[in-house]
Amino acid sequence: MKSKKTPLYRNHIELNAKMVDFAGYQMPIQYKGIKEEHNHVRSSAGLFDVSHMGEIIVSGNKAEDFLDRMLINDVKKIQTWDAQYSAMCNENGGIIDDLIVYRYPEHYMLVVNASNIQKNFDWLIANKDDHVDIFNLSEKINIVAIQGPASRIILSKLIDFDLSKLEFYKFMETPFSGKIITISRTGYTGELGYEIYAGDDQIIKIWNDILNIGDGKVFPAGLGCRDTLRMEMNYPLYGNDLNEKTNPIEAGLSWITKLNQREFVGSNRINMFKKNYTNKSVCLEMIDKGIPRKDYSIKLDNIEIGHITSGTYSPSLSKGIAIGLINKDLAVIGSVLDVEIRNKKMKCKIVKPPFYKNGTLLS
Amino acid sequence: MDHKKFKFTKDHEWLNLQEDLAIVGITDYAQSQLGDIVFVEMPELSSKLTASESFGAIEAVKTVADLFAPVSGKVIEINENLDTSPDLINSDPYNKGWIVKLKINNNDEINQLMNYDEYQEFTLDN
Repeated sequence: MKSKKTPLYRNHIELNAKMVDFAGYQMPIQYKGIKEEHNHVRSSAGLFDVSHMGEIIVSGNKAEDFLDRMLINDVKKIQTWDAQYSAMCNENGGIIDDLIVYRYPEHYMLVVNASNIQKNFDWLIANKDDHVDIFNLSEKINIVAIQGPASRIILSKLIDFDLSKLEFYKFMETPFSGKIITISRTGYTGELGYEIYAGDDQIIKIWNDILNIGDGKVFPAGLGCRDTLRMEMNYPLYGNDLNEKTNPIEAGLSWITKLNQREFVGSNRINMFKKNYTNKSVCLEMIDKGIPRKDYSIKLDNIEIGHITSGTYSPSLSKGIAIGLINKDLAVIGSVLDVEIRNKKMKCKIVKPPFYKNGTLLS
Repeated sequence: MDHKKFKFTKDHEWLNLQEDLAIVGITDYAQSQLGDIVFVEMPELSSKLTASESFGAIEAVKTVADLFAPVSGKVIEINENLDTSPDLINSDPYNKGWIVKLKINNNDEINQLMNYDEYQEFTLDN
């Protein structure tokens, strides 16, 4: 199957991006280099094209009840113009996808992972009744994310709104170049940042406007540093840290799993897991030199106790870091374990998340 | 030294041959494919390498690549600067980014290697 292109494809080519196929889309993995882009997001700002992500609209007079039954977080707690991090599970409590719910005045928008768009859509359709309408607008809605401490100053120059009033996980609509676009105070980096949802013409214009007005304060940033930035915050990635065989409790998503007086798809099984589960997600920092990678074995006294679900070099910490799934009785902060890297045991220790603690997320 | 006079392998390594010694590194093409290099796993000094077997690894941010011995031989020197500055491989792959120096066992193995023009053609085909 030929991979798709986002409306910003030509911009990436002109910026000399290294392009890769990601979830069926031609996406920029890096422009100047992962480390340089990573550090620029932490110190100033980066601009990401994440148009490959999916948008599913849920409307109808029973939309709230429907989503309350489909999602693990309590969607009834959020007000209009609130966003909420959540996940959808199957009957076994396995994670179908993690996602963000946006509550608009007349509908909800679910922003889902690119690789799971069709699976999510099919699952929602299979579970809906006549009072709910579901539309897949993934081909029509694009996203760019501006992330980093300078993001507010730069974006403020382009819209007529006081962005300092837009709190974390709130969103708004604003006119831009003849259409209405959505700006939300969300991101995947741990820094102050905004995600902008718009149609093709508006997304191209705002991408160019941000880079032009940014005056060197903002660099285009690729999916490579998106991954290192999210890893440093211990944000999970579907397909690595989350999948249909993991449940939200062991995957570290207890904080969004609202079981009290709620029943949702998978909640019975998740209640059972909560009483009796074996594995836990932990943050690992390398002591020895070496970079932990997905699927590497984690050992204690030569006995396998788990495996790495995501691993990388951390540009901010200048060492290898990983998210691992290990036996929960051994998941103690400060414990020293071994990661097996090319048949050699390399020491690492369990640390308290996040790996990077100076993010400007809430500033 | 002009890297156009080096020998090259299908694993994107270069050899600068000086009689029975070879300085070994990875090519500019290889470093650009890997991206930011953050760690080089080196062989032990004096260890004996067998042609096409793995003797170490190059870790980039996103990925890891094995280093394969271009010819059989003994490791007589390793580039210790790569311990603190592995990015020398990115910035200067044919010179300061060299990886190991080998004493070659068998000169016949050198005949299997590509010259610069052959390597250029090989990377275009890939």
